[in-house]
Amino acid sequence: MSMGEKQNFQTFQDFNQSIFKPRTIEEVSAIIKECYKKNIPLEIRGLNSKKKIGRNFQSEKTLDLSNYTGIIDYKPEELYIKVRAGTPLKEIKLELDKHNQQLAFEPIDFGPLFSGKNNEGSIGGVISCNFAGPSRFKVGSARDHVLGFQGVNGKGEIIKSGGTVVKNVTGYDLSKLLTGSFGTLAVLTELSIKVLPKSFLNKTIVIENPHLRKALGYLNSALLSSSDPSGGIFYPEYFRSHFTFNDLTTEGPITAIRVEGPVESVDHRIKKLCKELNTHKDKIAILEPEQSYIFWEKTRSLQVFSELKNNLLRIVVPASETFEAINKLKIYDIRYFIDWGGSLIWVQIDSVSLKILRNIKEIVNKASGYLTIVKIEENLKASIDVFTIDPIKYKISEKIKKSFDPKRILNPGKMYSGI
Amino acid sequence: MTSLQMPKVDKSIILNKEKIVSDIGKIVNKENILSDEDQIKPYETDALAAYKQMPLVVVLPENVQEVSSILKYCNDNKIKVVPRGAGTGLSGGSLPLADCVLLAMGKFNKILEVDYINRCVVTQPCVTNLAITNEVQDKGFYYAPDPSSQIACSIGGNVAENSGGVHSLKYGATTNNLLGIEVVLMDGTITRFGGKAMDAEGYDFLGLMTGSEGLLGVITEVIVKILKAPEVVKAALIGFQTIEDAGNCVAQIIAKGCIPAGMEIMDKALTKATNDFSKAGYPTDAEAMMIVEFDGTEHEVESYIKKVQKIAEENNSSSLRISKSDEERLKFWAGRKAAFPACGVLAPDYMCMDGSIPRGKLAEVLKEITRLSKKFDLPVANAFHAGDGNLHPLIMFDANNEESLRKTEEFGAEILKYCVKVGGALTGEHGVGIEKRELMCEAFNDNDIQQQLTIKVALDPNSLLNPGKVYPILRKCAEEGRVHVHGGKTKFPDIPRF
Repeated sequence: MSMGEKQNFQTFQDFNQSIFKPRTIEEVSAIIKECYKKNIPLEIRGLNSKKKIGRNFQSEKTLDLSNYTGIIDYKPEELYIKVRAGTPLKEIKLELDKHNQQLAFEPIDFGPLFSGKNNEGSIGGVISCNFAGPSRFKVGSARDHVLGFQGVNGKGEIIKSGGTVVKNVTGYDLSKLLTGSFGTLAVLTELSIKVLPKSFLNKTIVIENPHLRKALGYLNSALLSSSDPSGGIFYPEYFRSHFTFNDLTTEGPITAIRVEGPVESVDHRIKKLCKELNTHKDKIAILEPEQSYIFWEKTRSLQVFSELKNNLLRIVVPASETFEAINKLKIYDIRYFIDWGGSLIWVQIDSVSLKILRNIKEIVNKASGYLTIVKIEENLKASIDVFTIDPIKYKISEKIKKSFDPKRILNPGKMYSGI
Repeated sequence: MTSLQMPKVDKSIILNKEKIVSDIGKIVNKENILSDEDQIKPYETDALAAYKQMPLVVVLPENVQEVSSILKYCNDNKIKVVPRGAGTGLSGGSLPLADCVLLAMGKFNKILEVDYINRCVVTQPCVTNLAITNEVQDKGFYYAPDPSSQIACSIGGNVAENSGGVHSLKYGATTNNLLGIEVVLMDGTITRFGGKAMDAEGYDFLGLMTGSEGLLGVITEVIVKILKAPEVVKAALIGFQTIEDAGNCVAQIIAKGCIPAGMEIMDKALTKATNDFSKAGYPTDAEAMMIVEFDGTEHEVESYIKKVQKIAEENNSSSLRISKSDEERLKFWAGRKAAFPACGVLAPDYMCMDGSIPRGKLAEVLKEITRLSKKFDLPVANAFHAGDGNLHPLIMFDANNEESLRKTEEFGAEILKYCVKVGGALTGEHGVGIEKRELMCEAFNDNDIQQQLTIKVALDPNSLLNPGKVYPILRKCAEEGRVHVHGGKTKFPDIPRF
C-alpha cells in the first residue's frame, strides 16, 4: 500500500471492519485495491432500494456509498447535472425542480414494492439497474441519459468515459456498458446525467374499456399517431380501486394515454387523438394536470404492488406479442398491468414453482422477449435465474467482466452465477 | 501527408496472398474476391482521402455465415481484417492495411422487414441511412438520425460510428434510435444484441458496439426505430451582430424549456460562402447566423417560434425570418448543407474538424479559433450544431503546399485540444479513426485507455479487427511524441457533410 493509500485508510477507518463508507474516490480506490490484493468479495450498496433485485451472493465486506453524496455541478442551460453516485434521487430531483427540469426517463421507484414507502434510491443505483419508467418508448431508458461517468474498476483503478457534452463519440461508450450492470463491472463514483426541461403541461386520456385486445389496439394507435404520447398503460379491473376519477365509474379496466407539451398543443393533440382512437361506446375522461401527475406517479412507483407479499415478474416483449403472451400466462394465477405503450408487462404471480417459472420463460422467449424476476420467495431465489442469458452472451459477459474485474470481487454472482 | 504509424505489416501474410485468396475462395463465390490492383483501387481510402493504402485483398460476403467463416479463418491464421460499409467515414475508420482482408459489406443492401406495429425497420447494414426513411415515408414515418451524408452513408456505418446529424438535439444520435444488431465477433461467433423488445437485460453490448468504429465486431443486421413524422415543421433564420449574442440566445432558448429539433449557427465567413454558393438569402452582414427548427403540432410549433422570436430580440438579433412554407424552410437549410462545396470554392482544400463543446463556451472557442487562424495564417469558417455543442471548423489550405498542410494539421489539433480544455470532447460525431487517434491522450489518461484496450483484447485477443484505429499504437499516453492530425479534401465532394 502506498503512503497516500495508507493515509486514506487511516483518515476514515481501518480495513478490518465489514462495512466501508468512503467519502472520497481515493478511499473507494484504496478499499478496492486492498480487496483485489486479498481476494475479498465486496457488495456494492447505495440506499438499498433495489438491494433485493438480483441473485443472492456471498460477500465478505460491503462498500456503502451512502456517504459519497453531493451535486458536483449543475448547469441547467447545458442540460446536465454531475453528481456523486450515492446522492439520493430525491435530492437531485429537488434541485432540478428549481429550474423546472427533470430526469426524463422517469426511474421506477421500487420503494413501495419492497418496503411500503417511497424510496427511489441513489442515482448510482438507478443507473446501475437501468429500470426506466412509463416514458421509455418516447425518451429512451436511463442508459440514453448517461453522458459520462467516473468509477473504480475491480483492480481499484479510477476510470472514466464520456463527459458532460451530449455529443461525444470519443472511444468506446462505457457509460452504456456500465448502465444496467448492477455494480458487477465497476463502482460508479460520479455520473453526468442529461436533464431536460419539464413539459409545460401534461394531461391524460383515460378510456374505460373491457378488453385487453381493445386496450392494446388503443395503445398501438396512439403510439402510431403523430400525437406523440409520452405514456400508454392498461390496468385490468382488479387494480381499479387504486384509481378514482371524477368523470368515470369506479369499476372496469382502464387504458390511459398521456400527452405533454405546451398548453395549446396538449389540448389540440388530445382532441385529435380522441377522434383517431375511435372509442365508440367506451367512456372517456381527461385527467387534468394535477390528477394526471398523480396517476403516473402511482404507475412509476408500482403502487398497485405496494408491499406485495408474492412474486413479481417484469416481462418485456415487442408490443405485437403482448396479447398472445398474456393469454398464455393466464393459465397461472396472475395479476398484471401493461406499461410502455404495450411492451412492458408487470406480472404478479401468487404461487410459483421452478416448473412454472420455466414455462413462463418459454412463453416469453417465444414472444421474442425477456423476463426479469424482480421479487421472488426466498426459498426459490437460490435455485432460479433472475436474469436470462444464452450461452454465447454468457461467454462474452464473462470476458467483459474479467476485463473490468479480473478477480470477480465486485458484486460477484449478482447477475449470473460465475460472473 | 505527414507520416502516421500503423500496425506492423506481417510480411508472411503478404507472401501468402495466393493461398489466402484460394482459401477464402472456398468460403465465398470467387467473383466476390477482388485481388487485382485495378479491382481493389477503389477501396484504398474512405472519405478521409488524404490517407491511402491498398489492402491485400477485398472480400464481399453475401450472408452472415460467410462473414463468420471469413472472420474465423482470419482469426485462426492471424490475418488482419478491416470492415467497410459505404466508405463515407470522415475519420479514416475503414482505411485498409497492406496485410489486411478488407471486408466490404456492400452486398448486405436489403431492407428485410418494416414493422409498423413495433415501429421499427430490420435491415441489412449496407442500406443507406436515407433509404430507410424512403421505405417508410409513404406511411408518414421516418428514421430520425440524419447525418448530412445520408444519401450515401450506410446504416451499419452509422452504428459503427454512432453518427449524429442536425436533429440529434431532440432525437438523439444513432445509439438512441437503435433497437438491436446482429454481430459477428472476430472468432466467428454470430450473436444478437438487443432486439424488438426494448432494453434487453444483461450488459449493454448494443451500447458498447455502437460507436466502436469496427474494432469489436462486424455488424450484419440492424434494427432501428422509426418515428411518426411531425405534423408541422418550421424554421427561423436569425442574424446577430456578435457571436456572443448568438451564443447567449442559444443558452436562453434551452434554459427557457424549448428543445428545438435543430439549432445551427454559422459564422460570418461561412454565411457568406454558403450564401454565395447556394443563394439561400442569408443575412450576410451578420456576424453570426442561426437556423432554429421546431417540429410538432401547429400550435406547439407556433408557440415555440414565438418564444424564440422574443428571446432573439432580447439578444439583439439584427434580422429574423420565419419559414412560410416547407420550400422556404428547405431553402434555409440548403446553404447550411452546402457548407463543404461552398468552402471548396474558397480554397483548394479544406479540413473539417469535429469537436464538441459546452454550448455556453461557443463565443470563447470561436475567439480562440480566430486567434489560431491568425497565428497559423490560415482562413477558417465555422459551422456549429449549436443545440448539442458540436463544432465543425473548416480550415482552408492548399494540400499541394507541404507547409500549408503541416500548419493545418497543427491548427486542427490545437482546436480539438481547446475543445477538451473547455470541457468538451475530441469528436462529436465523426469518430476518432486514425485522424484523431494521437489526440486520445488529451481526453483520457492511461487507466481510461487501458480499460478500453482490455475490452478490445477480451473480444479480439490478437487485435486483428480494424487494428491501428481509435487508440494510439504506443501503450502509454506519456510515451506519445508529436501529435499528428491529418485531413484533406473529401472523396465525394458532392455529398453534403456533417
